[in-house]
Amino acid sequence: MASFEKTFSLRVPSSTENLSMIRDFVSNIGVRAGLDESQVLRLALAVDEACANVIEHAYGSEHIHEVTIRGELDNEELSFVIVDTGRHFDPASLKSETVEELVKQRKSGGLGLRLIRTIMDDVQYRIIPGEKNELRMTKKLHRG
Amino acid sequence: MPSKFQISQTQAGEAHVLALDGFLDAHTAPQFEKAIEAAVAAGHLRLIVDCARLTYISSAGLGVFMSFLEEIREQGGDLKVAALDENVYSVFEVLGFPALLDIQPTVKAAAARFTGA
Repeated sequence: MASFEKTFSLRVPSSTENLSMIRDFVSNIGVRAGLDESQVLRLALAVDEACANVIEHAYGSEHIHEVTIRGELDNEELSFVIVDTGRHFDPASLKSETVEELVKQRKSGGLGLRLIRTIMDDVQYRIIPGEKNELRMTKKLHRG
Repeated sequence: MPSKFQISQTQAGEAHVLALDGFLDAHTAPQFEKAIEAAVAAGHLRLIVDCARLTYISSAGLGVFMSFLEEIREQGGDLKVAALDENVYSVFEVLGFPALLDIQPTVKAAAARFTGA
């Protein structure tokens, strides 16, 4: 038997064409964590939203940067950490705004954050000025 | 490899149908946006988006629906959604979109809603 690996990483250029690769990466880890099909799809959606926000907002759709996705799996939870070196967003936007407000303002990034917060059990955003931004999202695993 | 996504266009009664096939994410949403924009510019204000073959949607795709809905309704038309798969519907539902959009089980049912209007 192969030994149990805890951390998985993917680093891709900051282009939306890589979102499908990112979803595949996340889905594989979700399956390995024992999640069912609909949970795996939701997990991939949450990470897709976070990475799309990084590509479009942190990097302003410039393709020359990198996005790092790190998956961390243990017996109790599965976390994904999205790391970028672009512009950070206002952590206050993680707080609740109604969908109607988001739709009126056409804040697609806001809709993405809303989805992430609904799907994941915990979402933390850390800004290390001049170095990087990290969005950490965690899903608790309810194992029998 | 980029996401696979295609749009085909047909008529259903008096409605113009945009059938989506594949993955609608931040990469493919601009293609969907252009298709709706062109349909509206061509005077198609009774639009049905057929999602029977749509396997994935993210907020970028939902944003396209929302950005045209008001404009189309202001001109007396509507944009209806048909044949959502269970997983795709759950994304619409999480964001409260069923209250904003007319979602029907089939293209036929969506077309009938226009006839009755």
